[in-house]
Amino acid sequence: MKNFTYFRPTTPEQAVTLLEARWGNTEMLAGGTDLLSLQKQYVAQPGRVVSLNGIAGLQTVVVGERSATLGAGVTLARIADHADLRRLFPALTAAAGDIGGPQIRNMGTLGGNLCQRNRCWYFRDEHSPCLLRGGQRCSAIEGENKYHAIFTANHRCVLASPSTLATGLIALGASAEILGPQNRRRTVELAKFFFAPTGPTEREHTLAANELMTSVTIPVRGLTNAAYEVRQRQSSDWPIVQVAVAFSGGRNGEKATGVKIVLSHVAPTPVIAEAAARAVDNRIITDATATAAGRAAVEGAKPLTQNGYKVRLVEVAVKRALMIAAGLPRYWEA
Amino acid sequence: MHDHETLESGPSRRDFLQETGAVVAATALAGAATMESPAAELQPGTGGGIGPNAVKITLNVNGRDVQTSIEPRVTLLDALRNYLDVTGCKRVCDRATCGACTVMLDGKVVYACTVLAIEAQGRQIRTAESLYNDGKLDAVPAAFVRADAQQCGFCTPGFVVAMKAVLDANPQAAPAQVEKGLQGNICRCGTYEQMRDAIYALCNTKRGN
Ligand SMILES: Cc1cc2nc3c(=O)[nH]c(=O)nc-3n(C[C@H](O)[C@H](O)[C@H](O)COP(=O)(O)OP(=O)(O)OC[C@H]3O[C@@H](n4cnc5c(N)ncnc54)[C@H](O)[C@@H]3O)c2cc1C
Ligand code: FES
Ligand code: FES
Repeated sequence: MKNFTYFRPTTPEQAVTLLEARWGNTEMLAGGTDLLSLQKQYVAQPGRVVSLNGIAGLQTVVVGERSATLGAGVTLARIADHADLRRLFPALTAAAGDIGGPQIRNMGTLGGNLCQRNRCWYFRDEHSPCLLRGGQRCSAIEGENKYHAIFTANHRCVLASPSTLATGLIALGASAEILGPQNRRRTVELAKFFFAPTGPTEREHTLAANELMTSVTIPVRGLTNAAYEVRQRQSSDWPIVQVAVAFSGGRNGEKATGVKIVLSHVAPTPVIAEAAARAVDNRIITDATATAAGRAAVEGAKPLTQNGYKVRLVEVAVKRALMIAAGLPRYWEA
Repeated sequence: MHDHETLESGPSRRDFLQETGAVVAATALAGAATMESPAAELQPGTGGGIGPNAVKITLNVNGRDVQTSIEPRVTLLDALRNYLDVTGCKRVCDRATCGACTVMLDGKVVYACTVLAIEAQGRQIRTAESLYNDGKLDAVPAAFVRADAQQCGFCTPGFVVAMKAVLDANPQAAPAQVEKGLQGNICRCGTYEQMRDAIYALCNTKRGN
């Protein structure tokens, strides 16, 4: 790891003044579960590291009548174990509880999860050509790509968006509060937060290099919601595909309305599967309608040379997420 | 300088000790070369920068305050092993995946390879060494011994600490809950079945199959 100067601000405002307008020389450190690995790999080589761990206000969780606000520094373990969050937002808490093992969940934070860099092995190998590290081409397109994107049309870099909290948060209509220079505050819907980068001056999200995510707010609307993921290993890894769903009603023979279906690990950003949502919107969720939604979810998929198998996994994951949310029997657990 | 290539899983304990000795010697040299400034002591909360030269830090390890000088990039794992000679926690993947480096911070398990030593100040660090006191072995490692739950033993201190953390938090934990607490640890020798025996013994439950 390249050596660096370490900063430990105590307020968000102080943290922002320590950041720089361009990516590269200064990085924020939260739980470190992603950043330190990137530094050891020489993919991140900051000369300055600004720790967010001395900022007291970033660790609060407030669940109100209309919304819940989670500080960016709240750990994954706290999200997974929080009784109110589990009752209101199982799509989020189930995903948080399935991340890594207890060590990752005790260290990793919400802000770090949403801002984590992608898992492409070419991106993480300092010796491989990679657009995001200033190379001329994306090595994954012709190379080992079994875990990469399957929605690849118009993408020069085929990374798979890694966050499994992003899907539930987008489905639930959450937004992030962001603090920039001169105390500039803005709010971004998480549906618009993610970005498909193609070069070293861009990230997988739309934060500027001198902006800090301070919290995430989820509206409390009584939505039925759930997440489902397909894993190769049950722990210590990211899933192969993951789906979160949210809608009004949709249980006990009631129709589901306002359906949102969001996928991760299938494209450079989380995918809001609109055709799939339309397939079940205003309908009763049954095995048949959930199957139809799964089929619609993969319309337009253009898998790479090694990951055609993910198309089928997405179909099934969408179906199962809808069935879990609707409270239907989990036939696959028999 | 690429500093993560140090091999610590050599074929024999003797090689291993020599290797570690070399690391300590190299570290001492590096410390001298960077000329640490005595005024650089960390004051948490300051907006000013710390490092990149070595700074004096105080860590509370197994109930005892210990001091050393490290650069900000040094991980808690490397500080414990290479600067403080607390070698129970092992460096295997060094990438937050295998659990060999597991320690408790304020009672919660973390990967020491992925915490900066400088950030562990003011917190209670607990390693496998804390499970042997006054000639008495804690129930968790004792159960490992009885169940013969290790082969090369490199993963063992991490598993033992992770298991201890679950049982400390919930002494009535059922075997399945203990196993969930071990999700973040990997045993390359595959001693899981023997570990299961140890878990059932610790939970005073009979194994079904
Ligand atoms: C073995 C393993 C398995 C995993 N499995 C999963 C999984 O299944 N699903 C999943 O979603 N994730 C998974 N992860 C990723 C994990 O969730 C993230 O590494 C973790 O949440 C990152 O949080 P952190 O606080 O450690 O971030 P850090 O490593 O400290 O930071 C990560 C990035 O976010 C930036 N950042 C952090 N906080 C802020 C903020 N407040 N504002 C702006 N930028 C910020 C940092 O600058 C850095 O670039 C896994 C990780 C590991 C190691
Ligand atoms: S050495 Fe830290 S998790 Fe493997
Ligand atoms: S006993 Fe060898 S890795 Fe677990």
